[in-house]
Amino acid sequence: MGTPRLSSTPLPGIGVRYDLTTREQRRLSVVAHRDGGRTLSAYRTDDPDACALSVRLSAGESAALIDALMPAHHSPNLLSTTELGLVAERIELSSVSHWNGRVLGDTRMRTETGASIVAVLRRAEAIPSPTPDFRLAGGDTLIVIGTREGVETAAAILGRE
Amino acid sequence: MHSSATFLIEFGAIILGLGLLGRFAGRFQFSPIPLYLLAGLAFGEGGLLPLGTSEEFVAIGAEIGVILLLLMLGLEYTATDLVSNLKTQYPAGLVDAALNALPGAAMALLLGWGPVAAVVLAGVTWISSSGVIAKVLGDLGRLGNRETPVILSILVLEDLSMAVYLPIITALLAGAGLAAGSATLAIALGVAGLVLVVAVRYGRHLSRFVSSDDPEKLLLVVLGLTLLVAGVAQQLQVSAAVGAFLVGIALSGEVAEGAHGLLSPLRDLFAAVFFVFFGLHTDPASIPPVLLPALALALVTAGTKIATGYWAAKRAGISAKGRWRAGGTLVARGEFSIVIAGLAVTSGIEPRLGPLATAYVLILVIIGPLTARYTEPVATRLTTRHRQPTIPAADTPQDRDLVPSPDTPIDT
Repeated sequence: MGTPRLSSTPLPGIGVRYDLTTREQRRLSVVAHRDGGRTLSAYRTDDPDACALSVRLSAGESAALIDALMPAHHSPNLLSTTELGLVAERIELSSVSHWNGRVLGDTRMRTETGASIVAVLRRAEAIPSPTPDFRLAGGDTLIVIGTREGVETAAAILGRE
Repeated sequence: MHSSATFLIEFGAIILGLGLLGRFAGRFQFSPIPLYLLAGLAFGEGGLLPLGTSEEFVAIGAEIGVILLLLMLGLEYTATDLVSNLKTQYPAGLVDAALNALPGAAMALLLGWGPVAAVVLAGVTWISSSGVIAKVLGDLGRLGNRETPVILSILVLEDLSMAVYLPIITALLAGAGLAAGSATLAIALGVAGLVLVVAVRYGRHLSRFVSSDDPEKLLLVVLGLTLLVAGVAQQLQVSAAVGAFLVGIALSGEVAEGAHGLLSPLRDLFAAVFFVFFGLHTDPASIPPVLLPALALALVTAGTKIATGYWAAKRAGISAKGRWRAGGTLVARGEFSIVIAGLAVTSGIEPRLGPLATAYVLILVIIGPLTARYTEPVATRLTTRHRQPTIPAADTPQDRDLVPSPDTPIDT
C-alpha cells in the first residue's frame, strides 16, 4: 500500500476538483469552490463517473469536518473522557444566547440533564463552581461534566437563542 | 405628470416586477431568464402596457447588461485556462461548432433570410448557456462527476469562440462591403489576439494596477476600465461585448475574485434589464408564425448538442452513462443566444430573427435542465433493451487522464 495520492482537475469557472481512490477502490472527491465552499462527493460503484453522494459544505462546515478527519483528532471541546462514561466538555454561549444576562439557576441544568457546570471561563479568568445565582453572559465558556447524553442535552439547552 | 416621476414609476415597476418573477422562478428551481423575456414581451410593442419614458434608459441599461455579462464570464476564467483548454480540447470545440452552428445557418437559409442572418442564427444555436448549465450541475449534485470537466471545457471553448465570432457578426451587420469588411475583421481579430497575448503575458501587471483593498475603489476602477475598453472596442468595430470579455480575461487572481463579488449584483440587475429590453423589442404577435421553425430548430439542436457531449465525453474516456449525461447537460441555450440575436435585432436585418430567437431560447432554457436530468436514464433504458444487460464494470484502479493538464500529485 503506497501513500494515498490526490489528483487535481481544474474545473474552469467553478474551482478545482481533488480526487482520492481508497484502498478498497472507492473514489472520493472534493470540489473546492472559489468562494471557499466545498462539495464532497463519493462515487457509485456501478457507475464510476457519477456521484452517489454530493454534499455542499460551507467553509466552516468543511473546517469542522477536517478536524474530525485528522488522525490525531482531539475535539477542541473535549477535556477528557473516562472509562466510566463521564464526559467533560466546553460549551460556549453565543452573544445572542437566550441565557445572556440570565442567572445560572434559570437553566435548571442539573434537574433537566443530570450534568453539572463545574466552572465558567470568562475572558482571562475562570470562575470555579458557579452558584445558581451566577449571572451568565454571551461569550462565556461553560465546563460541563456528565454522561454523554446529559452533556448533549446540556449543549442543546445552552444553545437556545 | 413630470417625466422624471413617470420614469421612476415605470422603471421601479419593471425592476420590482422582475424581482417578484425571480422569486417565483426560484421557488420552482428554474432559471428566471425565460420569465424576464416574457415580461419584456408583455410590456413592449403590441404588448399589454407599452412603456414611455423609461425606454431610453432601458436601452442603455441593456447595453451595460451585455457588457457586464461578458466581463463576468471573462473573470470566471484565467487566460491560462483558455489557452490550455484550447490546446487539448480543440477537436471537441470544432465538433461542437460544426454540429450546432450548421442547423441554425441552414434554417435561416431555408427561410430565405440571406447569408448574414444565417451567420447570426448559427451563433444563436451554437453557444450553450454557461450560466444555466453551471447551476444545473450544482443542483443535480454532479459537480464531482467525471464527465463535468468535459462539459466545462466545451463551454470554455464556446466562450472563447465568442471573442472571434462577435467581431465577425458586428462587421457583417454593419453592412460593410467585402474589402472594408475584411479590413475591419482583420483589425478586430488582431486586437482580440493582441489582448489575449497581453493577458497571458502581462495580466499580472494589469491586475496589480487595478488592485485595491477598498471595495469602493476597486468597483469604480474595474467598472470604469471595462466600460472604457468596451467603448474603444466598439469604435474599432470589435464589439463592446468582446472588449469587456477580454478585460475580464486579463484580470486575474485576487482582483478577479474581488471584482466578481462586487459586480455580481450589478450584473444581475443589468442582465435582467437586458432580457426585458430584448423582449420589449419583440412583438408578441410575431412569435406564433415562427413557432414551428423554432420548435424544429430546438429539437434538432438539442439532438446535436447531445451528440456533441456524447462524442466529447467518449474522447475523454468516460463510460456510456457519463457520455449521455454530458450530452443532455449541454442542451440549454440562454443568455448568449439572446446577446447574439440582440445585436442582429438592433441592426434590423431580419424582422423575424428576434421572435425566432426568443421562441428558441424560451423552449431550450426550459427543456435544457430536463434533458440534463433525464437523457441518461432514457438512453440507458433504450440501449439495454436491445442488448443483454451487462455486468457493471468494476472501477478501474488507475485514474484515466481526462483533464487538460496532467494529474498533479499533491504533497500530503
